[in-house]
Amino acid sequence: MANAAAFRVCPETGLKVCHHAEILIKANAVVAVVFLAIGGLFGLLVALTRWPAVHILPADLFYLALTAHGADVLLFWIIFFEIAVLYFASAVLLNSRLAAPKWAWFAFALMLVGALMANVAVLQGESSVMFTSYVPMKAAPHFYLGLIVFAVGALIACFVFFGTLVIARQERTYEGSIPLVTFGAVTAAVIAVYTIASGAIILIPTFLWSVGIIPHLDSIMYKVVWWGMGHSSQQINVSAHVAVWYAIAAMVLGAKPLSEKVSRTAFLLYIAFLQLASAHHLLVDPGISSSWKVFNTSYAIYLAVLGSMIHGMSVPGAIEAAQRRRGLTQGAFDWLRRAPWGNPAFSGMVLSVIMFGFLGGISGVVLGTEQLNLIMHNTLYVPGHFHATVVAGTTLAFMAITYLVVPLIFRKEIMFPGMARWQPYLFGLGAMGISFFMMGAGTLGVSRRHWDMTFADAVLKFEYPPAAFLMMGLNGISALLATLGGIMFIVIVVGSVFFGKPRDEAAIKRNPVIGPSGGAAVSQYGGEATFNLPGTTILVAVFFVSFVLYYFINWKYLSEVWPLR
Amino acid sequence: MAETPSGGPAGDPQGERLPPMQLLLDNPFLLLFIGVAVPAVLYTIWGVMEVAQIPVAQ
Ligand code: HEM
Ligand SMILES: [Cu+2]
Repeated sequence: MANAAAFRVCPETGLKVCHHAEILIKANAVVAVVFLAIGGLFGLLVALTRWPAVHILPADLFYLALTAHGADVLLFWIIFFEIAVLYFASAVLLNSRLAAPKWAWFAFALMLVGALMANVAVLQGESSVMFTSYVPMKAAPHFYLGLIVFAVGALIACFVFFGTLVIARQERTYEGSIPLVTFGAVTAAVIAVYTIASGAIILIPTFLWSVGIIPHLDSIMYKVVWWGMGHSSQQINVSAHVAVWYAIAAMVLGAKPLSEKVSRTAFLLYIAFLQLASAHHLLVDPGISSSWKVFNTSYAIYLAVLGSMIHGMSVPGAIEAAQRRRGLTQGAFDWLRRAPWGNPAFSGMVLSVIMFGFLGGISGVVLGTEQLNLIMHNTLYVPGHFHATVVAGTTLAFMAITYLVVPLIFRKEIMFPGMARWQPYLFGLGAMGISFFMMGAGTLGVSRRHWDMTFADAVLKFEYPPAAFLMMGLNGISALLATLGGIMFIVIVVGSVFFGKPRDEAAIKRNPVIGPSGGAAVSQYGGEATFNLPGTTILVAVFFVSFVLYYFINWKYLSEVWPLR
Repeated sequence: MAETPSGGPAGDPQGERLPPMQLLLDNPFLLLFIGVAVPAVLYTIWGVMEVAQIPVAQ
């Protein structure tokens, strides 16, 4: 059966959908959502424990839940979903058959077994090392083994993706260059290869150390190589969710990128420079020179930040251009006011762009500056920052595209459409809250990964300012909101996929999810031919002013830490 | 000034020369090489060499 690929033609986009790709997308997406559900509940438990008035878990379970939360959402939810995105962006968007479906299933099986193994290890209680698993903390051997098996599976899946690109090119299933969304997926897959290689280089010795074959691992050496994986995997997320932004704008509104060349160059900046930011996790570690730290976190990384700013302008710009093309030309913001705000795919994507940029992007540049990092290193500011990037940014973007994947790939109607309308707003608000309030608490010095901020049983007493307690209460309330939004998402997706009405022709007519020429916009090379974008220009100006102000405020904070008199 | 693709994916039948930047962007394996080599040298190898040079405590 190796080459006999069966296709169907999608009635909504006109794309040829490979049967193997379709079921593999379904399998990976479903498993991803299950891990989101599990990991999200652990996140709620963690947040409720850090809410001093609630403080729900005892210390040992807190660290267990924190480890399970990090692994299930950051690794398993996101990476399973990303594999689905890779298969979609290669086989489906290029009208191609998927390369080596058997290998793709093998990859899926390895990832699933690995993820379950790591979960079992964590739940058994001997592996509460948090997902960074810094040595010399030692987890059970099957914790490391689970991660290794998972990573091998993900690597195989990446090569199925590259193989599909080769097949599509050989069989000439598309014309000219690959579409931008596929190019974004290439970026994600390239970064994934470096990520997984770093993971293998560090986790295999760590596994051998945990079973006693290797006597000693150096803790700084571990951190250097581990963060080659730990940070780079966040850059897979960024590349993947930027690709998803472009995909949603294209499919829902028929928006094409402003300039193919500029957007592709921005992705190229990611490929070359984004992974270097891994060094920001070692900014306060001794023994490594400032040249290495500053080169990797400043000079080079600002090129990657430039890439993000290009995308941050290009996505709203593409939307504005498409809307203006359609005649919404009044004033600076008519196109935005009259956008499909009730469509969860669209609203989720826009919220993701805004929060990723304003909350995640700005705080990331601040944290990554060697001097400024000193005032928040290892405080709750750090989880505050990355919940803005991976929850409000990546997770919300993936939720948004799920509202297209369910009708197009699962061919089911979205159940509970009224609830679906509100879901991105509720989840987005909650995610914004946890990011914002954790950053607030971190600015007041509250440390991350800490069970009891009252220091009740500490020998040396210490008190945080009352405002910090307020922040953690507000964080808890936001966590409830985010959890509610998360549960709504799970109910809608599981309900639609397993119990939803099949999407027949009548349903497609009644309730189209693809905008005018959306199928072509997402699957063909070509940009909008305009830069007449007053609305986007204003938005970008607001962003820059906020960025500059906030950056300098933090230098002022820093100057107050050690007053120079 | 809509941008249009200027060459076929597998080379180009007319023998028209493609700009070098497009050749790079159209070649996923070259991108893969860049995306692995740059961080491997600037981050991993440079970083590991610095850590390896720290004298061991007696
Ligand atoms: C219901 C939604 C969520 C809530 C309420 C939540 C809450 C939290 C809280 C309170 C912490 C602990 C901060 C600390 O004590 O250091 C945390 C850690 C973390 N969260 Fe979330 N989170 C949620 C969703 C997510 C998602 C979707 C992701 C990833 C995509 C994520 C990734 C992480 C990671 C990687 C950590 C750090 C774990 C560690 O320090 O080892 N969270 N989260
Ligand atoms: Cu990082």
